[in-house]
Order: sequence, then C-alpha cells, then structure tokens
Amino acid sequence: MREEPAARAPKALAGGPTTRPLGAVGRDTLAALLEVRDLHVTFRPDVRAVRGVSLSLDAGQTLGVAGESGSGKSTVALSLLRLLPSSAQVSGEILVAGEDVLRMNWGRLRAVRWADASIVFQGAMSALNPVRTIGEQIREPILLHDKVGTRAARERTAALLDAVGVPARRAGAYPHELSGGQRQRVMIAMALACRPNLIVADEPTTALDVIVQAQILQLVTDLVHEAKISMIMISHDLSVLADTCDALAVMYAGRIVEIGDSRAIMAEPRHPYTRALSSAFPAIGDPASRLAPSGLTGDPPDPRRIGPGCPFQPRCAEAFDDCRTRDVELWPAGSGHAACLLVLPDRARSASPTRGNLAQSGEAAS
Amino acid sequence: MSALTAPPRIGRARRFAGQFFRMPTAIAGVAILGVFTIAALTAPLYIHSSDLDVTQATGGQLAPPSRHYPLGTDQPGRSVLLLLIWGARASLAIGVIATLLAVVLGSAIGLLAGHYQRWLGRGLMHLTDWFIAVPSLPLAISLAAVLGQGATSITIAIAITSWTATARLIRAQTLTVEARPFIERARALGAGNVQIMVRHVLPNVAPLILVSTTLTVAGAILAETTLTFLGLGNPTEVSWGTMINEAYTGSAVSRGAWWYLLPPGIAIVVVVLGFTMTGRAIEHILDPRMATR
Amino acid sequence: MSDVLAAELGAARGGGAPRWYRSSFWTYLGGKLLGATISFLVMLVIGFTIFNVMPSDPVAMLARQHPTDPAQKAALRHQLGLDLPVWHRFLNFVGHTLQGKLGDSWQYHQSVASLIGERLWPTVLLIGSATLISVALGLWLGIRAGWRHGSAFDRTASGVSLVLWSVPTFWLGLILLVLFTVGAGPIPSGLFPAGLMSTPGFSGSWLAHVGDTVHHLILPCLTLVLVIFAQYVTIMRSSIIDELGSPYLLTARAKGLRDDDVRRRHAVPNALLPSVTVIFLQLGTIVGGAIAVETVYSWPGLGFLTFQALQIPDLPLLEGTFIVLSASVIVMNLIADMLYRVLDPRVRQQ
Repeated sequence: MREEPAARAPKALAGGPTTRPLGAVGRDTLAALLEVRDLHVTFRPDVRAVRGVSLSLDAGQTLGVAGESGSGKSTVALSLLRLLPSSAQVSGEILVAGEDVLRMNWGRLRAVRWADASIVFQGAMSALNPVRTIGEQIREPILLHDKVGTRAARERTAALLDAVGVPARRAGAYPHELSGGQRQRVMIAMALACRPNLIVADEPTTALDVIVQAQILQLVTDLVHEAKISMIMISHDLSVLADTCDALAVMYAGRIVEIGDSRAIMAEPRHPYTRALSSAFPAIGDPASRLAPSGLTGDPPDPRRIGPGCPFQPRCAEAFDDCRTRDVELWPAGSGHAACLLVLPDRARSASPTRGNLAQSGEAAS
Repeated sequence: MSALTAPPRIGRARRFAGQFFRMPTAIAGVAILGVFTIAALTAPLYIHSSDLDVTQATGGQLAPPSRHYPLGTDQPGRSVLLLLIWGARASLAIGVIATLLAVVLGSAIGLLAGHYQRWLGRGLMHLTDWFIAVPSLPLAISLAAVLGQGATSITIAIAITSWTATARLIRAQTLTVEARPFIERARALGAGNVQIMVRHVLPNVAPLILVSTTLTVAGAILAETTLTFLGLGNPTEVSWGTMINEAYTGSAVSRGAWWYLLPPGIAIVVVVLGFTMTGRAIEHILDPRMATR
Repeated sequence: MSDVLAAELGAARGGGAPRWYRSSFWTYLGGKLLGATISFLVMLVIGFTIFNVMPSDPVAMLARQHPTDPAQKAALRHQLGLDLPVWHRFLNFVGHTLQGKLGDSWQYHQSVASLIGERLWPTVLLIGSATLISVALGLWLGIRAGWRHGSAFDRTASGVSLVLWSVPTFWLGLILLVLFTVGAGPIPSGLFPAGLMSTPGFSGSWLAHVGDTVHHLILPCLTLVLVIFAQYVTIMRSSIIDELGSPYLLTARAKGLRDDDVRRRHAVPNALLPSVTVIFLQLGTIVGGAIAVETVYSWPGLGFLTFQALQIPDLPLLEGTFIVLSASVIVMNLIADMLYRVLDPRVRQQ
C-alpha cells in the first residue's frame, strides 16, 4: 500500500524546526496516525540522544528505522509512549491520533499505552516477567484496558497465541520454559492483545538465529497487514527493514539522515551513511554486493560533544571542507529526503571541495 | 592500567584519599573515630586511679547531673563522665584486638581457600560454612564462660565468632584477583605458591581487608558490650558494658537514673556508627557495585 | 552487617542458573539434609570441645559448691564418665544428645532437658511474634524505600536502619524498660510490667490470662523488633533496587499499569524470592538478640535460661541451651534452602 508522495515543492529548509513533518509516508493528510514533530531528547547531564526528529505515519503504513547503536532509534521508540526515565528532557510534539503524548495527563497516557500503541521489546527473555506465566502476562493488558472478565480474557489469549503460532496450551508456561523464538512470538501476541493501531517493534529479531528470524519477520508482516496496523520497526539490519517496511528512515547521531520509500532508498541510497550500511549487509543472491567493499571505520560521535557541521563527516568517504561547517538538514533527494550536502543542487555548494567532483567545482566557479 | 604488572600504589592511595574525603559519611565516621581514639589514649593524663576507685568516691550516690559532675554520679559516687571516657579504653581495646585476631585468621583462611582451589580450598570453605551455621552469641557466651571471666576470654570468644565474614570476603576477592593475567605471568615465571599469595594477591586484597576490619570492629564492640553485660567480663574493670550491667543489677533502673544508663549506650551507638560509616565509605569507593548502596 | 550477605545475594542472583537448579527436587533435598546433618555434627563437636574438653576439671568446679573428699571426687568423676578416653566420651555425648538426655543442671535439681522444655514456649512466642512483625514492617519499608531509590524517604529509612543496627539490644531494652515502667516526662509509670511473662498471683479466665501475657510481651517484643527489622529493610531494599533496572518493568509500564501496580505485581514478587532465603538466615542474629532481651525483661525463655546458666557457670545447662539454640538455627537454614527452591518457578519443574 505504498503511494508516491504527493508533489511538494522541494523546500530547502534552512535552520529551525520544520513546520511540516518531513518523511510523511502515504498521502499528505492531516489525519495521520502518528506525527512526531521536532523531537529532542537529552539525558542528564548533556547527552543529546535525539536532536530534532520529525516523521509521520498513516494508518496501515510501515516504517523502518535503521541505525547503529547509539543513533537514538530506541530512544525515539520509547518516547512515543513517554517511557523514558523521568530524568530525560523531552521536547517537541508526539501526536498519536491527534493527541500529544508528551502533554497528556497520566490517566490518559495510561489508557493510550498498549491500547492505541504497543511495543515489542527486544530481548524477550528479560522483557518478560520471569515469575509469571505467559498467559497471565498476555491477559494483564486485556483485563486492564478492555472491560472483560477473566474467561473472555483467557479466550482471547488463546486466540492470540494461536495467531502467532504458539500452542494455546502453553499459556501456563513460564518464559524460561520456552525457546527464544517462542518467547518473541509471545511478545508479539502480547503487543496485539488490545488491538492497537500502532506497533513499535524494537529489534524484534536480534539474538535469534537466521531461520527463526525469517519466521518472525514473516509473522509480523502478515499480522500487521491483516489487521491494517501501522508499524515502526527498528533494526540495525537495513536489509531486514527493506524487505518488511514500506518506508525507511536512517538515523545517525540522533537525527534522521535519510528517509523515503524503502525500495527507492535501497536501490539508490543518497546519503553516504546509508550507502555504507546497505553494503554492510549484502543482499543474498546479488553477486555484485558481495564484491563491493563494505564496512565503516571509526565510531559514532560522542553524544555529549556533537559539533557544528555534518556529524557523519569524520567517517565519510565523500566528505569535503563544507561538511565540517555547514549544518545539514533533510533536503529532497530523489523520491525521499537526505541530510547531505551532496544532494544539494550544485549552485548551493560553495568553496572548493578537497575531494569529490572536480567538474562540479568547475561549474561552481563559473 | 597494564594487566601484567601490579599498578603503582602511591597514585592509587592519593586518589583514594581524594574520593574518601569527599563523602560526608566518611568524614563523619573518621571524625568520630578520631575523637574517641584520642579521648581513650589521653585519658590517663587527666583521669587518676582515685577517680575510678569506689572507695574514694566523693560525689553523692546516684546523683543527677550537676556542674561539678556533668553526667552525674554512679552508685558509689564516681563521676559518670570520667567512667565513660575510661570505659572507652576497655571497649575499644577489646574490640580492636579481637578484630585483629579475627581478621588475620579470616584473611589467612580466605586467602588459602581462594588460592588452593581443590581439596584444601573446598575443605576450608566447608569449615567456614559449618562455623557460620552456629549462632554467634551462644557460641561466644559458651566460650567465654568456659574460659573464665575476664577480658581475655571475651577477646578470644569474639575473635572465634567473627572470622567467617572476613574469610568469605577474602576468598571471593582472591578468586577474582587470581583470574587476572598478571598472576598467570608470575606463575609462568616460576613464582611459588607462597610468593604468589603474599607478593601478588595480598596487596590486591588488602583494601578489602581494611573494609572488613572496620566493619568487624563495629560488631566486635557490640559483642563485647553484650558479653560484659551478661556478666562475663571483669566486674572490677570499667567498661561501657559493666556500666550498663551495674545499672541493670543495681538500683539505677528502678530509681530512673537515666544519666547512668544513657551515656554508655549512646557512646556505643556513636562509636559503632563511626566504624560502620567509615567501613561502608571505603567499601563504596572500592567497588560501588558491591556496597549495599 | 549484611554486606557479605548482600554480596552473596548478588552472586546468587547474578550469572545464570546455579548448578543445583538442574538437579531434581529429591536430589536437592538429600544434598541439603546431608549438609544440615554435617553442620549439626560439627556443632556437636564444637559443643563437646567447649564444654567437655576445655574446662580444666568440672569436678573441681562442682566441688566448690559442696565440700567433697577425694573418694567422692573419684566417684563423681566415674559417674560423669570423665575417666573414659575422649573419643568414647564424645560418642556417649552424641548418643545421649540424640536421645534428648542432656544431663542435669548443677544449680537447679532438674534435668537440663526438662528445664529446656519448660522454657521453650516463651522463647518461641517471643521470637515468633517479633519475627513476624519485623518481617512485615521491614518488607513494607524496604520495598517502598528501594522503589523510591534516593528519595528523602529512602535516605531516612536507610539512616534509621543504620542507627538501629548500631544500638546494643540489651541497652535498648533497658531504656524502654525504664521509660515505660518508671516513667519519664509525660509517660506515666507502670504503663507496662517490669518484666516476667505474667503477673505473679494472677488469677482469672483463660482470656484474661492471654491478655496478661500479651501485656507482658509488648515491651520485649518491641525491643527485639526495633533491633532486627532494620536488617529486613536493608535486604528488601537491596532486592528491589536490583530489580529496578529490569526490562520487564518497562514492559509493564508500557502496558499502562499504574506505578503501584508495576511495583506490586512485577517488581516485588521478583525481589521477594531471594529475600525469603536471607530472611530465614537472620535467625542466628535473632537468637542472639533474644538472649539479651529475655535477660533484661526476665522473660522466662531459653535466652534467660542461658543467662542463668552463666552463674557458677552451670556447664550442663549452658551446653544444653547451646545445643538447642544452635540446632534450631541449623534447621531454619535448611528450611530457607528448601523454601527458595520451592518458590522459584524457574526451578519448580515436574
């Protein structure tokens, strides 16, 4: 259900927060299911984990968020339901079905949690309570949010377990009695319990072996499409996201550096970081990708000390002088957006590059 | 920090002192200990045997506090304040000596148990576990009773009931230290067992021994006062425990002579707190994860 | 204090399921019973060494009471079996102990076993009530303090616990005794009885008798509670703090549960498990506290009996109380081990 984004004037938005959410997936409509506007998250004392993230999601759309650890992707996910520790400073707006999560009162927030949006956490072994049966844990949100009795809750639990491929009779089992793949299925069943409109899957397949990984991904994709649930999937594995999600957002150092239709991005990544990421996970069956050099040197920047200019510049193979001083934003690139000076029309670049296209610098001079 | 050589000690000590004196509980603890130690050590300078002699008491019997006797007097008429200061000597001495014995014994057993991991180590650990299974106060009472009344018996009794905590701690730490590469290197260079334990392991477990010592002294002082109160100490000696014992057996309790009953107990609480706070502060600096936060 | 215990706590809960998880229940029970039996035997060895090997000459001690001539002393020695070799005496000792024959008291003309029998119930009553109240109070405070880790409530609770642990039990008992019997300031005198378990010469219905006993129980129980509940606060607080960072708590919050429910339904059951074991292991300290409290209040239990045995000293009686008190602690440790195994679902197979 992917649509070409409606024609928009490619505004080069210089500085300041965006008034229109970028990375809108689907039709340009005011009734987006999820809208994040200029989200900033700072952990004490001065760790800026998320530095201005904006996106929006329609009903039934799937968005993949990719990035290394420390890019801020999990922080964004947790902030959607205001699950960050109270010491975190959060600013911006997060609109779930029009209501700002960050400004709701507690009662409303607790009602929204799980019923409107739920999360499939990574590491199911520690995300499940070890001393309660999985049946109890799935029933818990049902009894809390839906006004039903225990018997109805048990029936629904059995149906959910069935839908994810876990035998219903295992409802009395404890988490440690199940295999890793089964635990992950239980997490998915739990997330679906209250029929949310949005599911956030945070690294749902990390720590699973490849075959189970494929099964889980297929399960998630099928369930989400059947029930027309929107999904945000977070992973460091770009190829996984490309297969399962309509749209893709790549995060680096707390910002989105590229966003757009997933297939378009995989076919032609515009940001050097995306290029590096996609070559790190060769597409199976594509001989060319196996031969292409991959691997990024260096580490992501320290979130306490992010200076001016493009944060990716120190590790970028295509960086030039301007990259160190000019602030980057999400500019239109192809069918999506990318935060890289390279995507700007030649006229917008100034000064001679130390590396890069000599022909372009020749044009700039003339 | 190179894992192959033992780290330089002077720099570490200085860093430790810096961290230590930044913690308010540490400063309070050391201050308390300082005051009491100085008071106990300098007492002979201003307390004469006449002050402590029951036959030479000049104050009224069980008189409440007055200007001349800031803490009142006891049954025979001695100044409670002077008794309190003199009593610190006995309690602190027994506490410290018993602890030293216990810590030396416990550390030796812990070190051996951690180093010789097969039958000797396991045997020592079983021995420690069996000792722990026996409740400490009944054991101490029994030992002190059989050894006869007096400070020596109490000291030995406390030492024998206090070594197990140190042994367990030092054994755990020995195991950790011996897992580090520099021990393997020493072994490869031909160091014998004793040499490894004394020259390599011991300096690294020494800080923990210090922690264990301070915390054990706290318990030892409590034990000493309890045993003395139960009548196992030397009744002619002045200690905090005997003062409370006399308050109990004499008429101080029924006559409501709180000035005789309160000060020794408060002194005990303060000194024990001093040792505990200091010990916990050291523990926290050494390994914040291990301290009970 | 419980620093070592806390470390053990952490070690027991940290790295993975210990080896004993995977053995079957009966193997585990058998292993623990064996351990307890060995502990018991070692305790008997210690007791024997202290009371029968160390004293220079029990007969001389006895003889101090009544004038005896050498022939009587020799006969006494034979009667007490002192002329047998050590190992023989030890075996006799073990045999007699297991049969409940603990000798005769030197000061009371009664067998040690019967004396202990008389004094057992008051101690059980005192320790039982104090433990129940302390556990409840300690858990309640510890959970709340740990949950709001670092708050003023937490720091106050921790500070109070620390101070209470530093207070000598017997002194606290005396203070409370003076306070409530003699009275001080606004507190009237005679509010509580000055010791013993019941008013002498009390006559009345059974219910009135119970009321009288409870009246006498309040101060000793309060003293013991004040000293030991601090341990439980610390234990529970550490447990909860250990759980605070657990991912399953985040899941519970994400489901929309209130903070109280997250704490009660998820954090507490997980924190309670390892605490249960440690709670039972505190019995050694409680027994020590009970000796002091019973002595101060003349509460007619085993603790007071121990104190009374210190006169002379009455070695057979002292030995008897030592054995009985130590054996109870060993049994409690065994129960603690089994309880943990039973309660943890990760272990409760088949």
